[in-house]
Amino acid sequence: MSAQLKAGPAVGAGTGRALRVRASAAVVVAVLGAVLLVPLLFPLDEQAVDMANKLQAPSLAHPFGTDDVGRDVLLRCVYGMRVSLLVGVVAALTATVIGTAVGAAAGAAGGRADRMVMRLVDVFSSVPHLLLGIFIVAMFRPGVWPVVASVGLTHWLSTARIVRAEVLSLRSRDFIDAAVSGGASRWRVAVRHLLPGVLPRAGLAAVLMVPHAIWHESALSFLGLGLPTHRASLGNMIQSARGTLLAGDWWPTLFPGLFLIVPTLAIASLAGVWRERINPRRRSELML
Amino acid sequence: MRAGRVVAHKRWGPVARMVGRRLVAAVPILAAVTFGVFAVAAASPFDPVQQYAGTAGLHASQETLDQLRANLNVDGPFPQRWWHWVTSALAGDLGDSTSLRQPVSQVIGERLGWSVLLCAVGFTFAVLAGTALGVAAARCRGGVLDRTVTSLAYTLEAAPPFWIGLLGIWLFAVQFDLLPAGGLTDSGSDLVTAGALLRHLALPALVLGVSQLPWFVLYVRQGVGDALEEDAVRGARARGLAERTVLLRHALRSGLLPLLTLVGSRIPELITGALLVETVFSWPGIASATVKAATATDFPLLAALTALATVAVLAGNLLSDLLYGLADPRVALEEM
Repeated sequence: MSAQLKAGPAVGAGTGRALRVRASAAVVVAVLGAVLLVPLLFPLDEQAVDMANKLQAPSLAHPFGTDDVGRDVLLRCVYGMRVSLLVGVVAALTATVIGTAVGAAAGAAGGRADRMVMRLVDVFSSVPHLLLGIFIVAMFRPGVWPVVASVGLTHWLSTARIVRAEVLSLRSRDFIDAAVSGGASRWRVAVRHLLPGVLPRAGLAAVLMVPHAIWHESALSFLGLGLPTHRASLGNMIQSARGTLLAGDWWPTLFPGLFLIVPTLAIASLAGVWRERINPRRRSELML
Repeated sequence: MRAGRVVAHKRWGPVARMVGRRLVAAVPILAAVTFGVFAVAAASPFDPVQQYAGTAGLHASQETLDQLRANLNVDGPFPQRWWHWVTSALAGDLGDSTSLRQPVSQVIGERLGWSVLLCAVGFTFAVLAGTALGVAAARCRGGVLDRTVTSLAYTLEAAPPFWIGLLGIWLFAVQFDLLPAGGLTDSGSDLVTAGALLRHLALPALVLGVSQLPWFVLYVRQGVGDALEEDAVRGARARGLAERTVLLRHALRSGLLPLLTLVGSRIPELITGALLVETVFSWPGIASATVKAATATDFPLLAALTALATVAVLAGNLLSDLLYGLADPRVALEEM
């Protein structure tokens, strides 16, 4: 933190930062607005084929060009983002609920139960997430739910660790002692005193997990293991654009990728501000 | 220097004991992971007998199907099947891959080397380029170079490796026709020559390296940047030492030490990158075989490869802990 202050003129750094936060907020609002409103305003058939206009380079009529069957890439990106975002949010919520429950239970129970649960977390951490996700999807595919389950079931570990640490530090505080000596039940202490202290952290973890979940969903879809092709997500789009890429037409590949990157950076930047609010001592960093 | 050697010499006993302890600890972890894999398979609607029999299974008698079930070792409750798998695996038999129609151990033997080669080259590139960029950024924190490198690192971290790989193919193979778009050999030839191998390796290794790069850049930038603020560095500067000496002898020493000891813990990310990069470039490695096995619901191959990946991750963790303990005399290996 001190390095930042010493290195540059503080005023310039401050406005640059404010600008970045505002730009990030604008991106998030624009993406949310687009995925919610565009299907209402342009209720086009996403599967419609227009061979007369296939593989047109980006132009004013089609800012992102058209794909190999003449569909507008921009419109498909918005529809793809809608699918990816929905899957990502549900998977991130699943992971956060599991992680918060496991972490809070381990931290509150303590002792042998805590050690057992944390050993289980260690076991889960020993398998690369994407590989475990691929295995789960392979056994239950095809469909949307196997993808949600595979991302949700592999991403609760970090949340469980964060929540457990938070619960352990809260447990030693005076107000918990006061509640216990005042005769509050274990359940009451957990719900009324521990949970409110843990929620900001869990919320932050959930927000940061959405881009990560979308990343995993798109990777699974790209590998041909994710969402069925009639529910095109951004990963499906990149997968199906491979043939046209080898023929030299780059736009059906480039733009879905940018649709993945830009919102991810915006969310990370906003989450960094949130993190500094919760814990001002730590410098913001991107967690992926 | 001499004191360091004596310390290192004294530490071989603890090292051996630590390796032994980790080997013992790896047994329950591997058992739990493989047990979990069998439990997931048991819960899934997938039936290996139907897969094996194909359309013939529709007309086969129940008796034949039951016989097949027993032959494939998929009858009985899943803990029993798991135990059967473990005992055969210990004897060297990992079963047969249903999609590639060859023994799983043969699949691993033929493909593991290519994956290790790809990962080693890509990882080396990431370490070298990441260190160079990270040090450059740390030296002018807040400057234009620092901000460029940092934003680029964040952007690359958010970019999916398969997308980077496809753009790489477009740029190097389609636009400029410099490098092949995938595979291991030139078309029309099955022979792996050194020149062809290098050309086919360059792009996948570069993309895998680039996908691992952001973490190294940001880590080195943080470590070296913090080291440049330390008293030792300030003291060296106050003594009037050349900037070069300050950087190489003082800042890099304390700033890079943690990096070199933590590379082992990057194995999971490396495997994740390899799964995507090998598939994009049709690299004949173990990771692309995993994806093929998943597409074909090839359980014997998937189970063995999941166990293999777990072994790799545990070995990487052990390596990083060992290096950390050996590099920093304050760390007691007995406690890890």
